[in-house]
Parts: sequence; structure tokens; C-alpha cells
Amino acid sequence: MPAVLPLGDPVPDDGRLPSSCGEAVRRSLAAGVPRTFSLYVHVPFCTVRCGYCDFNTYTAPDLGPGASRGDYVDTAVAEVGFARRALEDSEVPARPLHTVFFGGGTPTLLPAAHLVRILDAAREAFGMVDGAEVTVEANPDTVDEAYLRELAAGGVTRVSVGMQSAVPHVLATLERTHRPENIPAAVDAARAAGLDVSLDLIYGTPGESLGDWRTTVETAIACRPDHISAYSLIVEEGTKFSAQVARGQVADVDPDDQADKYLLADELLEAAGFRWYEVSNWAHDPQETGAHRAEHNVAYWRDMDWWGIGPGSHSHVAGVRFWNAKHPAAYAQRLATGVTPAVGREVPDAEARLLEQIMLHVRMVEGLDVRVLEQAEDGGAAARARIPQLIAAGLIDGGLAQAGRIVPTLQGRLRNDHIVRELAGF
Amino acid sequence: MSPLASNPPVPSRTDPSVIRNFCIIAHIDHGKSTLADRMLQCTGVVQPRDMKAQYLDRMDIERERGITIKSQAVRMPWEVDGVDYALNMIDTPGHVDFSYEVSRSLASCEGAILLVDAAQGIEAQTLANLYLAMEHELEIIPVLNKIDLPAADPDRYAAELAQLIGCEPEDVLRVSGKTGVGVPELLDRVVTSLPAPVGQADAPARAMIFDSVYDTYRGVVTYVRVVDGRLTPREKIRMMSTGAAHELLEIGVSSPEPQPTEGLGVGEVGYLITGVKDVRQSKVGDTVTLESDPAEQEIGGYRDPQPMVFSGLYPIDGSDYPVLRDALDKLKLNDAALNYEPETSVALGFGFRVGFLGLLHLEIVRERLEREFDLDLISTMPNVVYQVTTEDRTVVEVTNPSEFPEGKIHEVREPMAAATIIVPAEFIGAVMELCQSKRGHLQGMDYLSEERVEIRYRIPLAEIVFDFFDSLKSRTKGYASLNWGADGDQAADLVKVDILLQGDQVDAFSAITHRDFAYSYGTMMTAKLKELIPRQQFEVPIQAAIGSRIIARENIRAIRKDVLSKCYGGDISRKRKLLEKQKEGKKRMKMVGTVEVPQEAFIAALSSDSSSADKGKK
Repeated sequence: MPAVLPLGDPVPDDGRLPSSCGEAVRRSLAAGVPRTFSLYVHVPFCTVRCGYCDFNTYTAPDLGPGASRGDYVDTAVAEVGFARRALEDSEVPARPLHTVFFGGGTPTLLPAAHLVRILDAAREAFGMVDGAEVTVEANPDTVDEAYLRELAAGGVTRVSVGMQSAVPHVLATLERTHRPENIPAAVDAARAAGLDVSLDLIYGTPGESLGDWRTTVETAIACRPDHISAYSLIVEEGTKFSAQVARGQVADVDPDDQADKYLLADELLEAAGFRWYEVSNWAHDPQETGAHRAEHNVAYWRDMDWWGIGPGSHSHVAGVRFWNAKHPAAYAQRLATGVTPAVGREVPDAEARLLEQIMLHVRMVEGLDVRVLEQAEDGGAAARARIPQLIAAGLIDGGLAQAGRIVPTLQGRLRNDHIVRELAGF
Repeated sequence: MSPLASNPPVPSRTDPSVIRNFCIIAHIDHGKSTLADRMLQCTGVVQPRDMKAQYLDRMDIERERGITIKSQAVRMPWEVDGVDYALNMIDTPGHVDFSYEVSRSLASCEGAILLVDAAQGIEAQTLANLYLAMEHELEIIPVLNKIDLPAADPDRYAAELAQLIGCEPEDVLRVSGKTGVGVPELLDRVVTSLPAPVGQADAPARAMIFDSVYDTYRGVVTYVRVVDGRLTPREKIRMMSTGAAHELLEIGVSSPEPQPTEGLGVGEVGYLITGVKDVRQSKVGDTVTLESDPAEQEIGGYRDPQPMVFSGLYPIDGSDYPVLRDALDKLKLNDAALNYEPETSVALGFGFRVGFLGLLHLEIVRERLEREFDLDLISTMPNVVYQVTTEDRTVVEVTNPSEFPEGKIHEVREPMAAATIIVPAEFIGAVMELCQSKRGHLQGMDYLSEERVEIRYRIPLAEIVFDFFDSLKSRTKGYASLNWGADGDQAADLVKVDILLQGDQVDAFSAITHRDFAYSYGTMMTAKLKELIPRQQFEVPIQAAIGSRIIARENIRAIRKDVLSKCYGGDISRKRKLLEKQKEGKKRMKMVGTVEVPQEAFIAALSSDSSSADKGKK
């Protein structure tokens, strides 16, 4: 979750949503349009804070009542109950959970039993579809096979391991403390526990050579994960890293270098049987069946509904976005007094909703259905007029565009925001 | 100390023999306004409790910058040996851009106080004005100010002044405007050394306009010095340069608040109000006479103000264009030297080509537009006026690089300036090197004292207008002072350098320069733009060209990565807002062909090097 929360409208104490939400969900369900429901659970603890990280996370083990590593589980479970009541009160039709994702921070800093307790509470509150994906983000230093087996037994299906790099000096710059040699062991342990495994990588760290990055990608592939995410390093405002860049102690990231590394990653991953399905995500799927994608994230990009549990978490229900108090203590205190943990919300207008759909859909291999553009004030005429230029510039696939889908090419993935701006008419 | 005048002479009935008209010649910061304030207090025309610091500098900008833009005239009573005198202090603008106004102020006086900081010595502009005063055969009273300062070295500078004007060092008065020491003695000296004005009381009235100020409530207030005859209220007056007649609604003196009188007689200084709304109808240097009994001969010396420097002024927000037009119309009421014409630029939209007396004038006008009318402006690089003769012998006057004729050129003539620079001797080499590099020709050099030198160069005005003063200051650790005046023109090998973005000419960046400097301008500008213009979706060549010949080139590489790599739950709002912000930002982009150039890039490229607020300080 980003550290800076957007300004928004107030949320009523009971967390009730506008009546439009329930109607929208009912309409979708009646029309057979998929509108799934997911759960995100934020665990705001880390043992160290990495210099580049701007997530809402804290290294102190005790942040006040209901917000320490020992009792956070109770607060999270309380919010699950609150979410169920608020949705019920808002007359949003009950839907079983499509996916659950434990993110952080470092969720695996909590005992496995705590994560399982939250998952149990969620299952009891909402139900869960058969074969629902349940992911836990894991730090390779905080998991062992016993821990992973306990998660698997509790219903977790997948772990996402924060590998970042295989190169010690790059990990040092990122201030990651894990030992690179622990990665294969963690992957093997997860496999042994019957879990799917995803590895997270970061490219473009200052001082990382193209060769370093090749080593990282090749090492990741050699671990035989089911899925790999690769993110360019972003210097986020307010991080230690951005202060170091501002003082000239660390070189700023170089977008051209990042472009080279993106191209290299795509080449290596495709050759190893991984298929891109979103700008920064590749699933191991040699037969192109759509296997091993991160279904939870796919739900974000397809504009589905989810509730975000935990401090600073964002939720989205049928076009309404809301977000929780950022500090764990403030968050826990609100829940303890029966008040919604959400401190702001917004209902993006039609133009903003269209922009959201464009920017989410053109990130994906399925692309954007050109009919979505018809929601624009001019019926999509301006956007359509730009499509030939985007094809000519080699940014979108011409054949697919003719068939009615805007799908980015490799260059189009690298310049995805340009496609968005063109289609959104600015 | 002389007593205050017990029975001050009555305006309109003052015998010329008890009138003394004087001005103060001083460099900025040498304490002229403080001394003038002290005189107002000493003579009792302003009570201490009414004293605003620097009473006479009325405009805020004047007070803030410590410079006098518009002059004023104040009548003060003073008694010497039992005789009551009327002293008229005519305040003069201190800057070279306003030298014509200075000359008219000088022409209204019989004497001048040469005021010099006792810690700094005389500066170039003071010297120039001193020479001007001597040409007008004014009696000079040399005065060292700020003798209370610890750093004051009055003996040294008294010797310098004595040598300059040919008097004895002990004749140089020593005062402190701050403490008031020496001020009564100075007023006594004004009475005893300056001649009384001479004129014919029974001749047809003639008065010279030495200043003309627009006042929102009263219309134009015209300041005059009566030479012959007499002006009285409710008569029709005539402006001799135009022949226009105006009703005289009010006549009076300032002391320092306006005080209506029954008229003004020979040698008197005062103001006229006629109800005209534009200072152009009441021009500095013109002669006022009576419609009923007009004089035949003008006093002489009148000329129209000539703009020397031109610059394009554009509102940053294009919708402010009407506001800018109205603002210029208003400023014009009070500034006879300001002239402008509408102009359009491909890059900057609608604006005005504005002519100025000099760079300070430009900066003052720009600052007033921004401050008083709340405008955000871009000003293009200032340039001078060129006479371009094409091969078919057509002569084109070029005030804007875009008017520079295409094709073969027979000759280009550029205006020249006579520049005077005063520096400590140790900087002679640095100054000569600079002037030489700016195409200057040495005209002469004089030691004002052992340590200080006056250096004279003939130098193209365009070079002075560009960044000369900043360079001069930086090469002389800030010690140099500069004065210049127009000095004819010369033929020179001048070319127009165009800047092209992706093959499209950006008119705002075109410049007329000497062929030898074209390359350095081209490389400087292309390099600067490369830094200022963000990368685009395609490669953008930036070229500098003379005609069709490319002399410099830079490339802005195409954007290769333009995507936020992470977009999960909480990122969605944030990323959307980022895009919405970009959409807003796009509105501030100017399109040059297909290249998006941020407004800020134009401002940054046009504002650095070429102009500097510091010039206003000299």
C-alpha cells in the first residue's frame, strides 16, 4: 500500500456504502457479468525498513493495543467481521471470496497460526469459491518448511517470495537483509509444502549492471517458480532512498537502463516458458493455457471488488474506493470502538472511471475492449482516431486492434502510459 | 544653524533674486533621497512626525529598489542674513535609461549639488550627469555624504572631486543625510553660490516641462520651470511642440504636498493641471505658453523619447492577453517613452513588441505589469533596432528578429553606444578584455585618482543589452560602474540565428548576432533547450541555423520507458491521479509542431543570461 493516502470524502461511522454499490453488484450478477469479491490483508510489520520502500510498514513490534505483532490478528479478524456487516447493511449481495492475499510489510513475521486464523475468519464470514487462490507474501529468512506446511494446511495455496535480486551488492544497495542462497531453499520448501511459488524481482537499482540483472533473472528461473514479477525500482518520495538521491549519495534510477533490463527480462522469461500477462508479471505457462497467473492481482486489473483489511489498506466495491487509517494504532483504535477503520473514500466520476479502466486494461495481455472507449463523452471518436497512430508507432498490436482489442506490444508495455494518455485523449 | 524662514516668499509673487533652483546629482545608494528628506525637515516643510523614509520616492518600486524613476520638485523656504529665499529642489532620476529626463531637469536649474558617498567615490553615471550639468553651465556644489560612516574617507574623495570639477578640496562640503550634520550649511551654500534665475517678466509666458506624471485622481500633473512671463490659473495654455491648447485648471507648487497658487512667475518651479489624461499630451522638454499671448520661440532642447531596446512581452496564460493590453494602455498614460504594438509568436501566442529606453526601463515596466496588474509574463530576449538593406537596396527597420529579411543582404547597420566605465585600476585588464570581446573600440582612459580609472569604449548597443553588465560586474568583483549613451551606428556582419525543434522554427528563440558569435549562441541555446525540454515519444533534433545552414545540433532522445511498473489495489487511485495531473500539465504545454514544450522551458531559456534584476541597481 502506498504511504500517501489520497484526499477523499468522509465515510459514515458504520462504514455503510452508497446504495449505488449494491445496485451495481446486483446488476452485474443478473447480467452474468463477472464481479468477483476478494480480500486483501495487510500486515504492517517488518524487521528492517528497506531504503526504497514506501509501504505502510513499521519495524517496532508493538505499536499499541491491537497493533502489536502479538494481537494484530484480533484486530484483523475484527475488521473481517466489520466488513461483512457493513456490506450486509449496504445491501451489497454476499459473494464468496474469489481470492485472498496477505501482503505487507512482512506477513510471515506473524505466527502461521495467526494468518490461518484470519483466513478462517474470512472463510466463515464470506465463504470461499472452490480452488480459491490464497497468497502469502514471504520473506525467505522468516519461513521454513514447517511454517509453510502450516500455512498450506490452513488453506494457503501460494507464496510470493521477495527475492529482489540474486546479486549481493544490489541487495545491499536495496538494504535487503536476506541471504541470496536462502531463496532456492525457500522455493523448495514451499514446493514441498504443496504451494505455488512466485518470485518478486527489482531491476534498475543504482549500481546494478545489465550482467547483474541477467544473473538475477537466470537465478530466479533456475529456482523453477510458477510465476515471476519484475518491477523497476521507483524512487518514491519520502523514502530514505529518495533523500540519498537528492543528496547525491546514490545515483538516480535511469529509465533507459530500466528499459534495457525490461527487454532482457522479457526475452529470458519467454525463452524459459514464462508468458507475460501484465506489464510487470509473467506466469510459467509454456502451453499458454492461462495457468499460474496471480488471480488476486488479475482481479485488481479487471476492476473487480475487494475489501482491504489492515491499516492503510484500500478497498474497492463497485466503483467506490475507500481506505483505512494509516497508522496501525489509530486503525486498531477505531475498530475497538466499533467505528469504521476507513477514513476517506471517493466515487470517481464517469471520466475518471473510464481513465481507470483504460489504464488497468491496457496493462494486460487481453488488453482493452475498444467498446469501453464508447463511454467517453464523444462516444470514443477521438480515441478511435488515435488507434492507427498507436499501431504505426508499434505500440499496440494492429491485428488485435482491428478485432476490437487494444493490446500492447513489447514496446507498448514499456510505454504503456503513453497509450493510456492517447486513448484518454490528452 | 540658520533660522527657518520667518516670512517665506509667496509663490507667484516671488522676486527672481530670492529664488534658487537646484538639483542633486548622485549615484544610487549615495544617499540622495535621505539628504533630500533631511532638507525637507531642516526647512520645516515636512514635520518630523510626517516623515516617511525617502519622502520623494513615491512609487513602491522606487522605494524598494532605492532608485528614483520619476523626478519631483519641492519648494522650500530658507533664510540667510535676514533675507527669505525660496529654494526649489528638482529631484532627478539617477539612471542612464532616463538621461533625457535628467537633461530636462538640469535645464530647469541654475545649479547642482554633486553628492558623492564619502566611502565610495564618484561612479560612472554620476560622472556622466556631472558632465551634462557642466554642459548646461550649472554651478556645481561638491558634497561628500555619509561622513558618519566608519569607512568614510572624505579627504581622499574630496581630492578626487576637487580634481574633477576644478575647485579646492576644502570647498567640498561634508554632510550626513542620516544625522543631518552639515545640511544647514549646505542650504546656506545653495543660497550664496547659486545664481538667481534670469528671465523677462513682461515677455510672453514660456515654461519648460521637466516632468509629467499621471495621477489617477487628477489626471496628468505637469511640472514646469517658468523662464519668461507668468502663468496664471483659468487661462488657456498651449503646448508649443503640438500646438494643442488646454484649460489650466490648477497651478501651484509642491512643498511637498501640492499647494495651489495664484500663478507662477519668472524662475519659479511648480505644477500645472489641465485635465489631460495622457502624459503624451504634456511631454517632457516641451514649452508651455499662453494661448492668448503665445511666445514665438520654444525654449529648445525638446525631443521625442527614442526607444533603444525592444522585447516581446507575452502573458504566460494566453487568456490574460486583454489584461496585458489594458495594463500597457494604463502604464502608457504615465510613461511617454513606452510604446508597443501587438505581436504574435508561434510559440508564445499573442503578446506585444514593446520599445524601451533601456534595460532598466524594461525591467521596471515588466515589474509594474506583474505587480500592479497581477500578470505572469514571459519576455523575449531584448534586442536593438537594426537597419537592414537588402540587395535591391530596400531598407528595412528590424525591431524583432522575425522581421529580418530573408535572402541576400547588402548591409546591416546596428546602433552604437558610447560607454563609460569607472573601475579600480586593478581591473583595467579585465574590463578591456571584456569590451574587446564585445566588439568594443577603446576611445580613451583617464585616471580619476591613483586608484580609479575612467575607461571609454565605443561598443555595439546590442552587446550592452545582452549580458554585458552582468559580465562586467562579475569580472570586477562588483566594483565597476557603467554609463552609456547613444553614439550613432555602424555596419556590421550580423546574421539571424534561428532555433528549430524537429525542423520547426521557434520564433521566440531567434536572435540577431554578429557572425562570429552565431556559433556560440547556437550551441548555447541548443544545449540549454536539450536540458529544458523533456523527452518526447520520438527523437527531437534541436538545431541552430543561419538561413538554411545548420550551425549547431543537439538531440533529445526519445522516451523509452513510460510506465509505472506497479499497479495494485492502493496504487490505482494514485496512478489515476498521476495521469490526471499529467493531463492538467499538458494544458501548460506549448506545441511546436508535434513537440510539447513546457511553458517553464520557454521562461527558463529566455530569462537566464539575457537579463538580470541586478541591472536595475545601477
